[in-house]
Amino acid sequence: MSAATGYNFGYLDEDTKRMIRRALLKAVAIPGHQVPFGSREMPLPYGWGTGGIQVTASVIGPADRLKVIDQGADDTTNAVSIRRFFARVAGVETTERTAEASIIQTRHRIPETTLREGQILVYQVPMPEPLFRLEPRVAETKRMHALADYGLMHVKLYEDIARHGHVAISYNYPVMVNGRYLMSPSPIPAFDNPKMHRNPALQLFGAGREKRIYAVPPYTEVRSLDFEDHPFEPVRARAGCALCGSRESYLDEVVTDDAGGRIFVCSDTDYCQGRQARQEAAE
Amino acid sequence: MSASPMEAPLLEAPLLEASDLALRYGAVPALDGVSLAIWPGEVVAIVGESGSGKTTLLRVLSGLLPPDAGSVLYRDPEGRAQRLEAMGEAALRRLHRTDWGFVHQNPRDGLRLGVSAGGNIGERLMATGARHYGSIREAAIAWLRRVEIDPARIDALPRTFSGGMQQRLQIARTLVTHPRLIFMDEPTGGLDVSVQARLLDLIRALVADLGLAVLLVTHDIAAARLLAHRILVMRHGKVVEEGLTDRVLDDPQHAYTQLLVASVLAA
Repeated sequence: MSAATGYNFGYLDEDTKRMIRRALLKAVAIPGHQVPFGSREMPLPYGWGTGGIQVTASVIGPADRLKVIDQGADDTTNAVSIRRFFARVAGVETTERTAEASIIQTRHRIPETTLREGQILVYQVPMPEPLFRLEPRVAETKRMHALADYGLMHVKLYEDIARHGHVAISYNYPVMVNGRYLMSPSPIPAFDNPKMHRNPALQLFGAGREKRIYAVPPYTEVRSLDFEDHPFEPVRARAGCALCGSRESYLDEVVTDDAGGRIFVCSDTDYCQGRQARQEAAE
Repeated sequence: MSASPMEAPLLEAPLLEASDLALRYGAVPALDGVSLAIWPGEVVAIVGESGSGKTTLLRVLSGLLPPDAGSVLYRDPEGRAQRLEAMGEAALRRLHRTDWGFVHQNPRDGLRLGVSAGGNIGERLMATGARHYGSIREAAIAWLRRVEIDPARIDALPRTFSGGMQQRLQIARTLVTHPRLIFMDEPTGGLDVSVQARLLDLIRALVADLGLAVLLVTHDIAAARLLAHRILVMRHGKVVEEGLTDRVLDDPQHAYTQLLVASVLAA
């Protein structure tokens, strides 16, 4: 596909890209640390991935192949429009296959297919500060990060266990990166947290409205917070996918009628379709 | 008194030593050449009227406020002396949640009201690295018992507690890491007399049991007499009189101390 004329490659001007790349380098150098950057107005509303799209625009090159997912799916509005956006302003190839993509921009999921070295996973982050519900003062949260003073987060986990018998956080489950910084993994399900640990791919996080970038370099230790006697447990619906039968993947619940009918299907459409194709080929 | 100063474990050196502290708020001298030392296991009361610089002194001694002049020396459990102003913010924070404690006048300043009683007690433990839910909970229950709060209320929010209970919870939350030195800013302020008496009893028992050193700021002479081994009388930012509690209160030398002692109402 050829790029639209009248735009710089990747929509952002070169100076902006340089500024964002500089923030990205710093973020990679300090895993989990939030680096402020001069977030730009993008042609989509806040909450739709303005941070992620700026990060992608800054790292994408003509030889890249882009995949965009929203809640694991390639065919939802957000994913389709961002994919189309980059096809137009950068002229890059796009794909729905996780294995074929060099850059994957994601909202709320990590693909089921294991990522490999050289791939970049770009997260769209609505709220980068993991402590913001516990400590309303931004200056104080910064001090807490600087002093690695994260007892408060454990108080929150303690409260959950005291009230519910388990940690009642099913998405955006806080993680410790490289044993130093507490990080919000963006609203991915807690089920996906273990995939961040020692992942061979580079993971970049962009928060457009909050103007923060952070990163997890390849093979970095990422631990979900827990207690010794209440270890972290990824949550998954107790069912198999109605389409491909997978009992390992993360499932969406789909209501099928108004009489209580429902099915569970894989949230990762590429993974699900790949499995179905293989099953058909085997028959 | 159940515990005389001699029974407390006395070491060779003071726990905290301040010399020639000075601090001005504009033209007002809040501290003017104040020196004091507090030894392990000793309860020192700072008394004086409102605006005499008591609370400022407490804030300077605990490192919350830097003085204009003078220095504060802290001796850690290994016996090494450190200057407070040379300590980094991280070290000071660690100190405040391990070896030191601060009990505020208003329990709302010292407690997290949106967090259960157990979480409040466990916070200092978790901040210093405790990661075992069961043992944190055990410690919380033990401390609730110790400060005479029904352990069944471990999951209740402090805002459902009475004022006296909140203050006792604040004390439990502070003592859970076994600090050696406690700063108390009017711990009995705003409580009615019977609750006050009970709280004073509790503090006295805990101080004797644990061998705590306490720096107590109060305007309540009776509370000072009950708890303190030594008294410092402050006025206009200066220590005007200092000595053993009974000596200062029974035989006040300075005119202001005489006024202060004479102003106490007898029931």
